[in-house]
Amino acid sequence: MSDLPASELAKVRSILQREPTETELGIFTVMWSEHCSYKSSRLHLRKLPTSGERVLQGPGENAGIIDIGDGWAIAFKIESHNHPSFIEPFQGAATGVGGILRDIFTMGARPIAVMDALRFGPLDQPRNQRILEGVVSGIAHYGNCFGVPTVGGECVFEPCYNGNPLVNVFALGVFRHDEIFYGRASGIGNPVIYVGAKTGRDGIHGASMASAEFTEESKQKRPNVQVGDPFMEKLLLEACLEAMRTGAIVGIQDMGAAGLTCSTCEMGSRACTGVEIDLALVPQRETGMTPYEIMLSESQERMLLVAESGREDEVFAVFRKWGLDAVTIGRVTDDAMLRVKNHGVVVAEIPNRELADEAPLYDRPHNAEPYRSAPMAAPAFASSDLQGDLLKILASGDVCSKRWIWQQYDYMVRTNTLAGPGSDAAIVRIKETDTSIAMSLDGNGRYCALSPREGAQLIVAECCRNLSTVGALPLAATNNLNFGNPERPEIMAQLVESIEGIAEACRHFETPITGGNVSLYNETLGEAIWPTPVLGIVGLMKTALPVTIPFKEEGRTVVLLGGLGDCDAIRFGGTQYAKVVLDQLWGLPPALDLDYEKRLQAAIREIVTAGIAESAHDLADGGLAVALAECSMGSIGASIDLSTSLKPEIALFHEGPSRILVSTAVPEQVERVAHAHGVDAVRIGVTMKEELRIGNDSMTWIDCPVYRLREVSEGALENQLSFTHV
Amino acid sequence: MRVGVVVFPGSNCDHDAWYAVTRNLGQQAEFIWHDSQTLGQVDAVILPGGFSYGDYLRCGAIAKFSPVMMAVRKFASEGGLVLGLCNGFQILTESGLLPGALLRNRDLKFVCRPVTLRVETTNTPFTASASRGQLLRIPVAHGDGCYFADQRTLDMLEKEDRVVLRYVDNPNGALRDIAGICNERRNVMGMMPHPERASDILMGSTDGRVILESMVQSLVAAAA
Repeated sequence: MSDLPASELAKVRSILQREPTETELGIFTVMWSEHCSYKSSRLHLRKLPTSGERVLQGPGENAGIIDIGDGWAIAFKIESHNHPSFIEPFQGAATGVGGILRDIFTMGARPIAVMDALRFGPLDQPRNQRILEGVVSGIAHYGNCFGVPTVGGECVFEPCYNGNPLVNVFALGVFRHDEIFYGRASGIGNPVIYVGAKTGRDGIHGASMASAEFTEESKQKRPNVQVGDPFMEKLLLEACLEAMRTGAIVGIQDMGAAGLTCSTCEMGSRACTGVEIDLALVPQRETGMTPYEIMLSESQERMLLVAESGREDEVFAVFRKWGLDAVTIGRVTDDAMLRVKNHGVVVAEIPNRELADEAPLYDRPHNAEPYRSAPMAAPAFASSDLQGDLLKILASGDVCSKRWIWQQYDYMVRTNTLAGPGSDAAIVRIKETDTSIAMSLDGNGRYCALSPREGAQLIVAECCRNLSTVGALPLAATNNLNFGNPERPEIMAQLVESIEGIAEACRHFETPITGGNVSLYNETLGEAIWPTPVLGIVGLMKTALPVTIPFKEEGRTVVLLGGLGDCDAIRFGGTQYAKVVLDQLWGLPPALDLDYEKRLQAAIREIVTAGIAESAHDLADGGLAVALAECSMGSIGASIDLSTSLKPEIALFHEGPSRILVSTAVPEQVERVAHAHGVDAVRIGVTMKEELRIGNDSMTWIDCPVYRLREVSEGALENQLSFTHV
Repeated sequence: MRVGVVVFPGSNCDHDAWYAVTRNLGQQAEFIWHDSQTLGQVDAVILPGGFSYGDYLRCGAIAKFSPVMMAVRKFASEGGLVLGLCNGFQILTESGLLPGALLRNRDLKFVCRPVTLRVETTNTPFTASASRGQLLRIPVAHGDGCYFADQRTLDMLEKEDRVVLRYVDNPNGALRDIAGICNERRNVMGMMPHPERASDILMGSTDGRVILESMVQSLVAAAA
């Protein structure tokens, strides 16, 4: 029954000073799974910066908390639901949204935004189409009904995600400082109360499943995936926030991975107390469930809370109003033990702290070179049709418009979304203040496959640049580390290098990591995904009409902040051009100068805030040509003159960071700000009606009506999905 | 003027409607809980968007049995103004206060985007301040917004000038591009688009205000 390795089993015996019961063994197995205990990554996660003057709560709670001024705070976190989404895309993704939303509102914050980072195999395979459609409708189903806007995200297609799609969900909530709640079982004698949905046999051992590689038998694990009910979650949200306002709640935690087990021992451990419950009192959906099954069930939409003794009725009244179960199932004790009874008979008795906080810790070998299969040297290439290349990239899965996806999400509910999907960064206003929160989600497995350390730094830089481009100051970050099997040293080396890269960049941009998630064993039949760290970074700005991507008026000067940049052939190997046009991967990711990047970001924030840019868009996948095309997808294009010694393929499509396109009526003012920050500002052209023309003084490389650019970009995803359905 | 915003379990545009009425229009608004038998002292009622009772069975099918809907029926029969937005429209058709039904969108997917609407009649309290033929840019966000009714009902709606709003770019397959209709007495209107999401310039459009402002103006005129 137990999947515990012999060394961990020995540790269990020494903690208990006896043989564990079957229920105890189950409890240890889930709590010490990779998913719950971070046993392979914990040692290295300590390298991440986690403190800062605005950090009210760092890692270790259900979500990180950041002060945003005026007595307000935000809670946010990202979490993966990769394994369940492969086995059952719709429910896997839906419950991924449900789980992270509970992490936010269990702290007392009302969720106001969700974003998703998605990875799939290429869409020419019908199975990948089915997974994409299932995941997107799962996210839509849960988020739309719950009433939280899905305001952005990203979606990338690579063969390495064929048997291992990634579904990383980010959620953010808002509350006042005095409304913050923690998952602590304080106050000896206080009642432990179970609220929400009844417990069933679904999702038993979900956490352990998420901690193993996929094999042919994995498809039989469908019963391990939970089923979500967003309506129930919406009721739970309203009831919990209302119950918190009574003042009768001492601590509260959602039942996510490892369900009742995790919530009881963690709440006790944090408060240095014991928790004693009787499973016979737990509301059950099925008959004949064993203690093992009840403790390990991952049924959704459940919370555990501790109330002030004698004030239970105030709590019950609120849950009754919302038609939800609320039952006292136990008490807080003074002996620091998790004691589980069934009809009065003790079935498990484990010290809380040893179970929750002293899980095994592995220093897995990582002395190998990070695994990479790509060559270092660049192949020879020369294009005969640069416009054709641009259109091909605009129509490719990673670069094309994701409208087909985000139109299925209600991105406006709660009427706070000032900038939604398709923007450089999403912006959500806080109605009660004059502040808005900007947020950006980014990952790049392609870069990380070439260099996990540099790739990770580029991701952090990109997120912060996205925020700065809309005028927001980056504040704090959350990360989701998606990797293969950490027991292989070359995979472990990828993980360590990425964490160190993130740490270095987050220190540089002063965006501490306040929490996150690690998803390992993303392998199917021995094939690992590319190292795929995903960053979610949030920033702060004054509420105002946003500066958006499209050019607004003709006759405006187009300024490229950061300049044309430089890129040798080796640094060109991770670009979308290399992927889409040349179908190759080589070399290293684009070179990043952290100091220059930081100055550029300060400059664009000042430019946008001063209102001297009519449009702003940062350069990313596809480089300058793609960014110019995206700026031209309104009705205004531009005539661009690139006088450079770079060869045209590189000038147009290299992905050197630290560059932002703005259009402006006052270019000299833009230049003044840029130069004050020591940043290049190059006038590269002038906006004009309905056409995008790019060339140098002797040649025209691209000359395309803007409607065609839009058509190609917006229709691409639908076209790829319109083939064979199974 | 005082507007009551009904809150069903699962309503999620209730706060948005409240905010538009109070902050964008400067009127008063209060929430009315679904098990309330009365509406209190309100001059008009909004049934907001969302997923009332999870929209299980059919959208709006359970909400029609809630106690508050008894009170809304009575209010409407006495001539009170009732505006159903999105899920509110679905509840009004399920309750029989408006004819027809809202079916699954033509392409079977939830759709959230701004659409262009044409005001087909100004002879309702909800469009009196607009002009006929005026184009409004207002978002939709629904999975079941495809208006359906039999031929006779559709002809009757047209003949009686009860098609209030029509899509210029139909997002859901609604018959005859119908986005909003009113009842025979013209005091109950349902529409799938969300005017409360287009009442604040920060949200990108204020075209929705004309619907809510018309409602308020009509009440002011009636009270005078």
